[in-house]
Amino acid sequence: MKSALKRAGYKQVHKQMNDVHLQFISKVAFFIILLFAFNLFFAGHYTPGGGFVGGLLTSAAIVLLLIAFDVKTLKKMLPIRFRLLIASGLFLALGVPTGLMFFGYPFFTHEFTEITLPILGEIGLHSATPFDLGVFLTVCGSTLLIIILVGGADD
Amino acid sequence: MEFITIVLSGVLIGAATYLILSKSVLRIIIGISVLSHGIHLMLLTMGQLKRGNVPILEDSVTNYTDPLPQAMILTAIVISFALTAFSLVLALRNYKVLGSDDTETMKGAQNEN
Amino acid sequence: MKINFLLMMPLIIPFLFSVIMLFIGKKPKVHRVIAALSELFMIIVSIIIVVAVYQNGTLHTNVGNWPAPFGITVVYDMVAALLVLTTSILTFFVIIYSYQSIGIERETYYYYPMLLFMITGINGAFTTGDIFNMFVFFEVFLIASYVLIVIGSTKKQLREGFKYLVVNIVSSNFFVLGLGYLYSITGSLNMADIHVKLASFDGNKDVMTLVSIVFFFVFLTKAGIFPLYFWLPDSYSAPPLPILAIFGALLTKVGVYAMMRTMSLFFSFDQSFTNTIILALALITIVIGCIGALAYYDLKKVLIYNIMIAIGFIFVGITMMDLTGLIGAMYYLIHDMIIKAGLFLIIGFIIYRTGKTNAKEIHGLMSVHPVTGWMFFIAAMSLVGVPPLPGFYGKLFIVKSAFENGYYIAGIVVLLSSLVILYSIIRIFIQVFWGKPAVQSELRQIKYDKLLFSSFALIILSVVFGFTADLLYPLFEMAATSIVDPSTYADYIMEVE
Repeated sequence: MKSALKRAGYKQVHKQMNDVHLQFISKVAFFIILLFAFNLFFAGHYTPGGGFVGGLLTSAAIVLLLIAFDVKTLKKMLPIRFRLLIASGLFLALGVPTGLMFFGYPFFTHEFTEITLPILGEIGLHSATPFDLGVFLTVCGSTLLIIILVGGADD
Repeated sequence: MEFITIVLSGVLIGAATYLILSKSVLRIIIGISVLSHGIHLMLLTMGQLKRGNVPILEDSVTNYTDPLPQAMILTAIVISFALTAFSLVLALRNYKVLGSDDTETMKGAQNEN
Repeated sequence: MKINFLLMMPLIIPFLFSVIMLFIGKKPKVHRVIAALSELFMIIVSIIIVVAVYQNGTLHTNVGNWPAPFGITVVYDMVAALLVLTTSILTFFVIIYSYQSIGIERETYYYYPMLLFMITGINGAFTTGDIFNMFVFFEVFLIASYVLIVIGSTKKQLREGFKYLVVNIVSSNFFVLGLGYLYSITGSLNMADIHVKLASFDGNKDVMTLVSIVFFFVFLTKAGIFPLYFWLPDSYSAPPLPILAIFGALLTKVGVYAMMRTMSLFFSFDQSFTNTIILALALITIVIGCIGALAYYDLKKVLIYNIMIAIGFIFVGITMMDLTGLIGAMYYLIHDMIIKAGLFLIIGFIIYRTGKTNAKEIHGLMSVHPVTGWMFFIAAMSLVGVPPLPGFYGKLFIVKSAFENGYYIAGIVVLLSSLVILYSIIRIFIQVFWGKPAVQSELRQIKYDKLLFSSFALIILSVVFGFTADLLYPLFEMAATSIVDPSTYADYIMEVE
């Protein structure tokens, strides 16, 4: 795009095309997608959803921001190091089943109870949730890492 | 119904073979992902295509679907997702270093390090 | 409870330590210590496991507390225990070797975490009792190996890495296809359960032959047997030496292990038919490996073609499917893992010291490194199988079994190929170590104490293994029994039902 404009005779081309519509809509849509991703994440286990899909959707939301803005702006918006995201995700995914082994259960044993909270009512507490959170973080981190690696190749 | 999906997965695998045998790196990667789709479809067919309830959770359920092929496909999809992402990164790196996406240029010479 | 903990350790330790390394970030010095520590733990744990399996027979733990045919099980018979032990020993020495050879650049870019991820996958593939889980672990170690083969991204690595990637992805996809077929026939994924179910299988046996062809295609591709070996020599010569050593010693052996397991548990229907075909392929592999080993003066290439010869030997032992053949195959498998790693490491030392890979350009190293020269000679003798050294026992049992079963040509090919191995490796020894004395100043000035430590340690280990082979015989007999008579492996499923 930039080089085509230059060839067409535009002396000065802005570094970023000014896409007001895309930028505005993506700012709003980001939160909607994120909300849906969390919904999917918590819906997992008994109904379709879970860490992998949730993580993919979250990274899709972030990629939308990446398309609307650029890598630098994104880094300013989300000052996260993806390596740490992946590492903590893997640690959660491994640590939870290993930790359960210390209580005498075999590896990956699934434990759950149900508690009653005010307002929210009955809620199931599963030991699979921290594990799934680990999957969520790992998927999110590695997808973003790869997309930024591929997408940021031009600069 | 099973017959149609089996034929469909055969068509997908055939198309994938054609793509993998081509010279462009990008086509090979697309071929790999099409191949995995064809094989996942085959795997789904192996568990019989029918509608039914969730097994195990309640004892009263009699007409249930087999959850295992679906679990296997989910795992295989995750793996093929990771592989596609990795091979895209590798192809990009290859393109940058070797300056071409043609496998003809990737033959290599004798006795080089 | 204790057993649960112990048996999961070979999967947890490497994974946990590599995650810790990811947390620490780009600090290669710290990575070195952590990686070596983790493998030390692994050696201790796997020795305990070998002892436990020797005392109690096949051990298993149910992951997730689901009973056996429904959940995933981790099963240790003697084969798996011995392979895990050998893997950890090799990895420990390769990690020590990497300190001075792989280069700080690669170490910074997460070389050690990737190596440990690969070990996690390999240990998992050796120990899992669930065929789909085996596929998952295959993918884990393959993904790590894709990264390892291109780490550092030189031109050759990228080029060969892409070919390696495509070949392995295609064959892995066929693994899933075979799994789907097997599942639709037996309705189970647990390997022991499938074995029990197939014993009372009364459907069309031709279907099982079809499934076996799909599986054999996958595993033979990973192992590098004749029509499917074309990716092997080029891909393996691309990465730097420590990675090549671990690939050559371990990755093809995982294919051999998977083949051994599935042949004994699933595909015992039409054994005379399938085994004869595989025997023929193994013999052709040996011949092609011999031709390759003779054709090259490139140090790496000669050894890489020797991998193919060794794989052929092991398959000759496996296809006999009797106790003698399997004992030979197990001896040769363990021996080959140790000595191939040792030889790759010592050849790596020569390459790093001289900066050349072609044996014709190197001469007279004996004047500078006499001990290394004789160590190389011992390693060569061990590879060929001169009596007190371990290669002898494997070949003895394999050839004996081949003659007992009336496969005279197979026995003769194995014996003759030993001569070719001897010629190919001694030719290198003469070229590199004898001749016009090398000049100290022409060699590269590098630190090499750790390079020599690892390679000598592995060669001495191989010699010790040769002298204690008699003592270790009960272990190998147990391992071979577990393959020949799968009921000892599949016993645990009976307790459940």
